[in-house]
Amino acid sequence: MTAPHSTITDTDPDSASASQAEINAEMAVIETGYLQTGVEESQPRLDYAPYRSSLLRHPTKDLHHADPEALELWAPVFGERDVHRLESDLTIQHNGDPIGERMVITGRVLDGDGRPVRHQLVEIWQANSAGRYVHKRDQHHAPLDPNFTGVGRCLTDADGNYRFTTVKPGPYPWKNHRNAWRPAHIHFSLFGTDFTQRMITQMYFPGDPLFALDPIYQSITDQKARDRLVAAYDHDVTSHEWATGYRWDIVLTGSQRTQFENGEEH
Amino acid sequence: MTMLTATPGQTIGPFYGYALPFERGGELVPAGAPGAIRFHGTVTDGAGLPVPDVLLEIWQADADGRVPHTAGSLHRDGWTFTGWGRVSTDDEGHFSFSTVEPAAGAPGRAPFIAITVFGRGLLNRLFTRAYVPGPACADDPLLSGLPADRRDTLIAARDAQGLRFDIRLQGEDETVFLRYPGQ
Repeated sequence: MTAPHSTITDTDPDSASASQAEINAEMAVIETGYLQTGVEESQPRLDYAPYRSSLLRHPTKDLHHADPEALELWAPVFGERDVHRLESDLTIQHNGDPIGERMVITGRVLDGDGRPVRHQLVEIWQANSAGRYVHKRDQHHAPLDPNFTGVGRCLTDADGNYRFTTVKPGPYPWKNHRNAWRPAHIHFSLFGTDFTQRMITQMYFPGDPLFALDPIYQSITDQKARDRLVAAYDHDVTSHEWATGYRWDIVLTGSQRTQFENGEEH
Repeated sequence: MTMLTATPGQTIGPFYGYALPFERGGELVPAGAPGAIRFHGTVTDGAGLPVPDVLLEIWQADADGRVPHTAGSLHRDGWTFTGWGRVSTDDEGHFSFSTVEPAAGAPGRAPFIAITVFGRGLLNRLFTRAYVPGPACADDPLLSGLPADRRDTLIAARDAQGLRFDIRLQGEDETVFLRYPGQ
């Protein structure tokens, strides 16, 4: 079902030797195989050869089933002392306004039963509007913005809501293959009520023409699952003469602890 | 009863370094404090080469087996044990935390440090456990359910400063990674 590894010679992630057409062909083989199984997947594959960096870094043995122990039924706690209120606005961290489309991204963090994840840490990071990260390894020949770092944090409120003000990130080239470009995205780091819910993901923008060409996005084989990473434009979040608005809700895996508590104590 | 399907994960990518690591992220207790141990190791890939861009988070009970419910990990005061830490591997694939040796949370269970692994090339996070070596490992239900050669990948080794735990993402002696119910 996956592309045979023997056909892949450029295991160096920076070799960028394959063409987009070759990557597309590999991705198509995997997608066809997935559609033939009829078994729905909702998470990315760890073993996804079109994303070259995964070749030597994915586990080859099955993940071992673990019933969470007491420790894993709890998650680290973050509070006001950890996160300052202003850290949720990525446009006010310097002396001037960053260049780009000012936007608000907001939504709720929920567990698998639809319960809000309250007062928990959400972290984001992103490229600037030109598609450049403030990172020493980012060699993309696009301007840094002295007024934009691209890092934000907040705590969800009592209803699980988060909200960031930022500028829309640009797409950028990378070295997975020749002429490879990532769709514009914002990285999100999330905690739940249980350690087992910890996750990091990427939020995308609707209608991005790079979706079909991107092996990171395509490593999620199911279209419904891919769609869960795409924010929705929301004119009710857009504000008059100020910022466009997007809405994106995040669902973590089910909380074992709250199930236990609901069953035993309430 | 789970009703909603979880949002997919995605790789942390290469550019988290200016965003997620934070000052004293690996100091659950200050290095050199009474009872402090070093918890460290190297992350390697399927070719046995060190992985320099992995982010590791640990979550653990204290020396009495109590699970902390205390804020303050991101701005440590040097006195409060929050049970959580985060570090990136260095250019040699090495990571290091200063912490305390956890005690077990329940009778019949071996104490462990819970670990989350993120990295460029890892399309989703991995979970694992680093068990404190000792007699309790022989009877621990999770360890007992593994073949002997794989079990050892989850048990830390004692060294002069504390505990060493190497993580092999792929290949011979591949570390056992965990899947919790509902995943």
